[in-house]
Amino acid sequence: MALLTVENLCTSFHTRNGVARAVRDVSFQLERGETLGIVGESGSGKSVTCYSIMGLVPQPPGRIEGGRALFDGVDLLAISNQELNRIRGRRISMIFQDPMTSLNPFLRVGEQLIEPLLIHEKITCRAATTRALAMLNEVGLAEAEHRLNMYPHEFSGGMRQRVMIAMALITKPDILIADEPTTALDVTVQAQILELIRKMQIELGMAVILVSHDLGIVSGFCNRVMVMYAGRVMESATTEDLFYDTKHPYTRGLQKSIPALQPKGEELYTIPGMPPDLLRPLPGCPFAERCSHAVEYCVKEEITLVEVAPQHGSACLRVQKENLSV
Amino acid sequence: MSCDETFLEVQNLKTHFQVEKGILFKRHLGAVKAVDGVTLTLRRGEILGLVGESGCGKSTLGRTILQLIRPTEGVVLLEGESLTALQGASLRKARSAFQMVFQDPYASLNPRMTVFDALAEAMRAHRKIPGRELSGRIAALLQKVGLSPQAQRKYPHEFSGGQRQRVAIARALAVEPKLLVADEPVSALDVSIQAQIINLLARLSREMGLTMIFISHDLSVVKHISDRIAVMYLGRIVEIGPAARVIEQPLHPYTKALISAIPIPDPRREAKRARVLLPGDPPSPLNPPTGCPFHPRCLYAIPRCAEVVPLLEPFEQPSHRAACIRMKEINTIQD
Repeated sequence: MALLTVENLCTSFHTRNGVARAVRDVSFQLERGETLGIVGESGSGKSVTCYSIMGLVPQPPGRIEGGRALFDGVDLLAISNQELNRIRGRRISMIFQDPMTSLNPFLRVGEQLIEPLLIHEKITCRAATTRALAMLNEVGLAEAEHRLNMYPHEFSGGMRQRVMIAMALITKPDILIADEPTTALDVTVQAQILELIRKMQIELGMAVILVSHDLGIVSGFCNRVMVMYAGRVMESATTEDLFYDTKHPYTRGLQKSIPALQPKGEELYTIPGMPPDLLRPLPGCPFAERCSHAVEYCVKEEITLVEVAPQHGSACLRVQKENLSV
Repeated sequence: MSCDETFLEVQNLKTHFQVEKGILFKRHLGAVKAVDGVTLTLRRGEILGLVGESGCGKSTLGRTILQLIRPTEGVVLLEGESLTALQGASLRKARSAFQMVFQDPYASLNPRMTVFDALAEAMRAHRKIPGRELSGRIAALLQKVGLSPQAQRKYPHEFSGGQRQRVAIARALAVEPKLLVADEPVSALDVSIQAQIINLLARLSREMGLTMIFISHDLSVVKHISDRIAVMYLGRIVEIGPAARVIEQPLHPYTKALISAIPIPDPRREAKRARVLLPGDPPSPLNPPTGCPFHPRCLYAIPRCAEVVPLLEPFEQPSHRAACIRMKEINTIQD
């Protein structure tokens, strides 16, 4: 059985201007030890999906409208906060984009590091500190002993993210959810952090969900990738298939608009238009108005993710019906 | 006007920020050498990509060239005229020749001004334009950056990020500048919108003969738009050359690492690739290492690197230069 099974997750935000349906009918599975990438542009619902699973969507204005998230037989969306607290930070951990805002600036790094241990395990402060020291060494922070007594502002961005990773992994979780963990970092530091997550994943045998807007990061890091757009899953496949046997025009558009792959001097390929307004009802395929393959029925018929090849889901109606090559 | 003439000349530019502590009794802690001896020339119509990690001084260099920050030392010549020598009214007058586009279009546009107000203010800052002509000119300008003329009545919050950046570009172009410094103009935008803005800047540069300095931390973006690329590290240019050469045959160990750190959106190539993982973080500019600023993180460093400050020297091509004392060894062994 899969470690985590998300079924038909729907999350909305009830704002003064209307209801923004941020996540619409998202389903996926995560196997033990696997790395799943969730890719999409801002507003695609990739972060809200993770926040919903972790019970971190502020309610109100947010509301989980439906669906299940089964982790080890327990529906994370149905249990009480107390029960969720026994799983969060212990068996499922999360790291965020900006390590400066997710660390408490008033507490020494050491205090923050041992907190998850003190909460989730029967352990003395001293034993927890020993574990914290070992963990800091593990994530490649030199002079760990000295670092424990420092405050977050004394660290560089890359070092802070290492501390966040140490904090998330100190309880040896089964799942690490990394929400754009390297977006705020420099490229050379980004490479270090990704390497570190990979190393820790092998050591602990945990599954990783990597949320990113960067197809490049995902291509080297994940086994499977899920592409989201306007709150929906557009395509879901193994990394190889997603890149070499693409089955959705949006995925293709994303690939083509990356400057790294395009010859210099020519106009860059662009996806025309803009991502849709989530406050609007979106009948049919939400990508239809920007899609060069769109036909009449694309704007009328409801889309669902359908397996169009083994282990390969696509929400494109034309791929499903006519086996369109994108 | 020939295409080869030097348009912008930057000579040994230094921008140092003094760091002090205390309010009444200030203690001088030292100087952050944000830009430390940069020499550059740009031809008319050329696009120079300026890359480096955060804190390397690329933005400070851009701002110092435009005299938004006055340099500690050095000269900036625009068409032979020294900008560093200008003061007050004469500097303000000269500003119509050079403009800047900032990273965050949310922060750089006044939320209380309509697009019309913002553009009209820029246009009228340098020239007298009769009121009845204004609307037509603004409409033409908006069209140039790919917005509809109706946009002039809107406020910034009514636009998406990409459209806002178009407004910011229109505002910079309102005074018909000859030099544009774009400081991370696409970093805050989504991938599919980034490409639109890059295309726009490339087209404007071509059509209007704009000379441009395109600042970014993202080499793959810079590679696409630039004629030449300069790589900065800790206030200095460590490599400069034609864009394709810098990307394909980087000379400096830092450039090599930077290129190898860019993730390639292609799983098979990504899996095969040899990675150069740099240890550590960029050092603090308050307390830079001696000698070559890159030597503590460099895979090729030898003791002499800590002693000698390397100068930019050509290798194989006169236009492709790098600052590394082991440049010849490193680049001949590898081939």
